[in-house]
Amino acid sequence: MTNQTVIATHPMVEARNIQKSFGTVEVLKGIDMVVDRGEVVCLIGPSGSGKSTFLRCINHLETINAGMMSVDGEPVGYEKRGNLLYELRESQAAARRAQIGMVFQHFNLFEHKTALKNVMEGPVVVRRMRRSRAKELAMAQLEKVGLAHKADAYPSELSGGQQQRVAIARALAMEPKLLLFDEPTSALDPELVGEVLETMRALAREGMTMVVVTHEMSFARDVADRVVFMDGGVVVESGPSRDVIGNPQNARTREFLGNVL
Amino acid sequence: MISSEHEIARSRNSAVGHAEGSGLRVVRRRAYGRWFADAVLVLIVLGLIWTSATNPNFQWDVVFQYLTHQMILGGLVTTLQLTVLTMVIASVIGVVLALMIISDDPWLRGVAEAYKWLFRGTPLLVQLIFWFNISALYPEISLSIPGVGELFSFSGNSITPFMAALLGLSLHESAYMAEIVRGGVMAVGHGQGEAAKAMGMKPMQTFGRIVLPQALRVIVPATGNQVILMLKTTSLVSVIALPELLYSAQAIYSRTFEIIPLLIVASCWYLAVCSILGVGQYYLERRLGRGHKSKR
Repeated sequence: MTNQTVIATHPMVEARNIQKSFGTVEVLKGIDMVVDRGEVVCLIGPSGSGKSTFLRCINHLETINAGMMSVDGEPVGYEKRGNLLYELRESQAAARRAQIGMVFQHFNLFEHKTALKNVMEGPVVVRRMRRSRAKELAMAQLEKVGLAHKADAYPSELSGGQQQRVAIARALAMEPKLLLFDEPTSALDPELVGEVLETMRALAREGMTMVVVTHEMSFARDVADRVVFMDGGVVVESGPSRDVIGNPQNARTREFLGNVL
Repeated sequence: MISSEHEIARSRNSAVGHAEGSGLRVVRRRAYGRWFADAVLVLIVLGLIWTSATNPNFQWDVVFQYLTHQMILGGLVTTLQLTVLTMVIASVIGVVLALMIISDDPWLRGVAEAYKWLFRGTPLLVQLIFWFNISALYPEISLSIPGVGELFSFSGNSITPFMAALLGLSLHESAYMAEIVRGGVMAVGHGQGEAAKAMGMKPMQTFGRIVLPQALRVIVPATGNQVILMLKTTSLVSVIALPELLYSAQAIYSRTFEIIPLLIVASCWYLAVCSILGVGQYYLERRLGRGHKSKR
């Protein structure tokens, strides 16, 4: 019992002084952030501020150069034994990633597979689930995003909004403990944004832990528990969403919000 | 729209028609130059048919006599075996080479590039003769591990023409297949592999289940061309006395001196197999195009 209590005290994401460079370009200059269980955190900021890169560091799609990133108490990309951090092998890193869902700006649905096969892929290949069970699970997830009737459609036959909802269903089929969204509505036609945001709202209501990089300020204000404003690779301002968006303290935040709202 | 297209089609046929609704007659332009070119071509083709039908030196009776000759059919089977085996081996090596070239490891990349440089940079004919004469270099070929003993060994003298041909063709072809596979993999969007990775798939799962199946859409048409090319390239191995289709024809005409008829016999079979391969390629490409229907 005590053991469980200890585990439950870990925040879902804990980032300490995260630094990341691409060549000589310093993209993240020491980011600190904590995301608690069941919390929805939106990362906002101008292009090139490092928010997408930071998101990709959480599931180890990017390797950090310095600092400490932990998900659910475990260091990302490493295994802690005593005082040493052992770098994980690809297969071990893959097992960790399987617990973190990710939704991309350009959906990245597998184009040679139907919507149903897209959603089944993870459960069958990664979770080694029986096909019949995976199919049930996948259909349930498609139902949830309102696309059960499109199960046999290929991605090229779906609208952008539908593709993104299938991508969300695909992430959910892994039953992740954390969902990452990388500008999920930025590539959509304006009239398709609503359906995707509505799906994400429903997830937030269910208590899913979510980190969302977004330019949708109304979504951030209404759905997020906290908003983090990043610029130039640092966190400029963060706090409860209504405070940061409704009453920003920092001049840079005010300028950014003034431009986008 | 349909009716006006129909109208145009009709007016093109009759050369003179009505522009719809206007009450005016359309006079089609007369393509005198094209008619002249068509007439010249028809004359040339008729001339060729006439001369090949009437020139007794074609010896069409000999052609029909040998078309299903046992030696020719045996040669055809060897040619087909060589083509299929070479393409299978070359494709496997090609995928491995492509993975090496794509990898981050400079040594893997360097070795693969050197392989490509060597096998693409020397003539296939030279390579075939080289492998056939490998015994001059290594009379005895064996692999042994210290402490374990000899794994296998065979005499360089025992290398058969078929082995030399298969070795030469496969190694040479694999260098080209590597480029084709690499091109196909590059054509698959970066996001596909990333989505698979983010889902928790291991690198080989990602490659085998997500990247390669999509790369095939680009790889298959190019590989189809390589198969058709390879079918004809196998005729080169006649220089190392392997009785494939061309060598079988040569073996017959060296006795009977009916050179032209036997070359026609061999050509007929090459053409027939190439035609079948072309049809097969069409259906395979259609199947691999799944999920890309609306993007055409």
